[in-house]
Amino acid sequence: MDKFTTLTGVAAPMPMQNIDTDKVIPARFLKTIKRTGLGVHLFDALRYLKDGSENPDFVLNQEPYRKAEIIVAYENFGCGSSREHAPWALLDFGIRCIIAPDFADIFFNNSFKNGILPIRLPRAVCEQLIDDSKLGGNARITVDLERQVVVRPNGEEVHFEVDPFRKHLLLNGLDDIGQTLRHGKAIDGYETGRQQSQPWLPTIAA
Amino acid sequence: MAARTLFDKIWDSHVVERLPDGTCILYIDRHLLHEVTSPQAFEGLRLAGRKLRRPDLTIAVADHNIPTVGLRTPPDIKEEDSRIQVQTLEANVKAFGVPYIPILDVRQGIVHIIGPELGLSLPGTTIVCGDSHTSTHGALGALAFGIGTSEVEHVMATQTLLQAPQKNMRIDVSGTLGLGCSAKDIVLAIIGKITTAGGNGHVIEYTGDTIRALDMAGRMTVSNMSIEAGARAGLVAPDQTTFDYVKGREYAPKGEAYDKAVAYWKTLPTDPGAHFDTEVFLTAAEIAPMVTWGTTPGQVIPVTGIVPNPADEPDEGKRAQLQRMLDYMALTPGQHLTDVKVDVIFIGSCTNGRIEDIRAAAQVAKGRKVAEGVQALVVPGSGQVKKQAEEEGLDRILLEAGFEWRDPCCSMCLGMNPDKLTPGQRCASTSNRNFEGRQGIGGRTHLVSPAMAAAAAVTGRFADVRQFG
Repeated sequence: MDKFTTLTGVAAPMPMQNIDTDKVIPARFLKTIKRTGLGVHLFDALRYLKDGSENPDFVLNQEPYRKAEIIVAYENFGCGSSREHAPWALLDFGIRCIIAPDFADIFFNNSFKNGILPIRLPRAVCEQLIDDSKLGGNARITVDLERQVVVRPNGEEVHFEVDPFRKHLLLNGLDDIGQTLRHGKAIDGYETGRQQSQPWLPTIAA
Repeated sequence: MAARTLFDKIWDSHVVERLPDGTCILYIDRHLLHEVTSPQAFEGLRLAGRKLRRPDLTIAVADHNIPTVGLRTPPDIKEEDSRIQVQTLEANVKAFGVPYIPILDVRQGIVHIIGPELGLSLPGTTIVCGDSHTSTHGALGALAFGIGTSEVEHVMATQTLLQAPQKNMRIDVSGTLGLGCSAKDIVLAIIGKITTAGGNGHVIEYTGDTIRALDMAGRMTVSNMSIEAGARAGLVAPDQTTFDYVKGREYAPKGEAYDKAVAYWKTLPTDPGAHFDTEVFLTAAEIAPMVTWGTTPGQVIPVTGIVPNPADEPDEGKRAQLQRMLDYMALTPGQHLTDVKVDVIFIGSCTNGRIEDIRAAAQVAKGRKVAEGVQALVVPGSGQVKKQAEEEGLDRILLEAGFEWRDPCCSMCLGMNPDKLTPGQRCASTSNRNFEGRQGIGGRTHLVSPAMAAAAAVTGRFADVRQFG
C-alpha cells in the first residue's frame, strides 16, 4: 500500500447524497480477478453515454477534473455493496482522498486499506469545498494527514478527525495483516480458550 | 458487571486483544467465501507467502455468477469472465485446502442462505463474508457483517479482524402484523423511517413482539437488509424459535453438545437496563405491503400510496435528486403505484429466497396466471430450498401459473449471471437494492415482498396483496 502523507490536487465536486458502490462500479465489472484496471469503469453509468462515448456533463469528463485526486461529495458516500472494487476503481483513476459529511461503514474501512483517505467534515464545510473545487484549474486543495488539516485554496485550514491507528498505518504505508500477525501468540491463546469454553463450535474437514 | 447488550456480549467474548487506541483484534468464528470478492485475497496471500490460518472455519461456495438455467458448471458458463471467476475459486480452494460446496451439490446456494441452512451460522458467533448481506446471519443472534477483500485476506491470514467497536441501536417493532404484511414490509418500513444512513456506525438489535413472532426466515429477511439502513450488522436475540431452527442441521452441535450450546445461547440476550445509543420504535400499524418508488431502499411507500412530488421538498439539492430518481424510474408525481405496469418479476435472493418466501409467492400464484407480456422468475436460494419446494409441489403451482422455475444463484438481484433487466424494463423484485442499474443497465427496480411480487406478476402492475383471497 502506498503511503499517504500530504496530497495537493484538484478536487472534483460531486454534490450528491447516497453515492452507492453500484454507482461507483457496477456489478458487471466485478468479474475480474485482479485489483487493477478498474479506473476506466469508475462511475460507468454517469460517465458514459449509451453509445459508450463520454458524457460531457459528468464532472470527471471535464477539465481539470480528469486529473482529480480528491472527490468532495455529500452524505452517505459508499453505501450499499461491500465491493472493494469501489476503492480499487477510485484508486486506479487516481483518487486518493474523499471528503464527505459521512460515509457508509464498509466503504470507509475499505478505503483505508487501499491508501485512500476518507475525511468526514460537516455539510457546511463540504459545501464550501464544493464551491472551492468549482473555482477552476488552479484551485488546489491540500490534505495534510500528519497535521490533520484540509487547506482550502484561500489558505484557510480546516481540521479533521482520523482514527490514530488508521492514521499510523496510512502515514507509513503499513499492511495491517503484518501488524496483526505480530499478535500471533494472543490469537493462539484465544483459540485454545475458545476450544475449551465452546467445544461445540463446528469445524469442517476440507 | 454492567448491563450489556447482545452485541456487547458477542463483541466482548471475541476480543483477542484491545490495542491502545481502542481498536480490537476480533476473533472470527466463521468465514464464508464466494467467487467475486475472494480472488484478490487469495492472490494477496500467495504473493506474501502466507497460509490460510483456519480452513476448517472457512467454507466456500460459488453463487453470484452461476446460470439459473441449463448447464451451470464452469466449462458451460458461457460468459468468459464469469467462468474464470468460478474456476479461480475452485482452484484457490484446492490450493489452500478450503472446504467447498460444488455447484451441482444440493447444498449449493447463495452463501447467506446456506450458512444458516447447514447449521454453520450459530448464536453468539462472529461470521464474516466479503458481501454486505452477511448481516442476514444476525437473525440467529450472531454478529455477522460484510467485509471488503482486504479484510477477507486479513481473516484468511489471521482468523481475526481489526475493528473499532460500534454503537448499539435498538429498533423495536410491536403489534400484530396486518393481513398480507411480511418481514420484508417490516424492514422496508424501518428503512423508510430511519433512512439509508440511519444505522451508520451502529449494530442494530431488532426487538419487540412483532419481531419475536417472526419465524427464522422472516428474521433473516429483516436482518439481511440492516445494511440497507446503513448498519453493518443486525441482530435478533436467540430464543426457542432459534434453538429449534438450529437443531439437527448438518454442522450444528448434536446431543449433549447441543444442550450445552443452548445453555450458553440463553445467556446472550441483552440484559435489562443495558444502554442503547439510539432507539427507534415502530408499531405494526405503520406497516402495510410496501413498494419502493425511488433508487434507494429508503424511498418506500405503502402500495396504496402515490408517487411523491419533488416540489414538496424544500432543500434544492434533495429536490434535484428526487427529480432525477423519478426521471430514472419513469414515474410522475401523484401517480398511483397500482397504476404502474411491470415487465419482470424476480422472486429470490438472500433477502427472500427461502422456502417460506416461495410458499408465500405460490399461495398468491395458485390458480392464477402471470399477466401477458410479464416475465416472472422464481430463483430458489439454494438447492435444498429448491428440493423442498418441489417436494411440496410449489414448483408445479408456479409453473402452471406461468412462472419460470430456476436453479439457485444470486441471479437478478445484481445481474452478474445472465439474468438481467434490459434498459427501461420495470421489475417487481424481492431483492434488496433498487439502485440505478443494479439489476441491469437502465433497469427499474421496485423492492417488494414475495407475496407482493407474485401479486404484481398476475396483475401486470403493482397490486395490493390484501385483496387476494
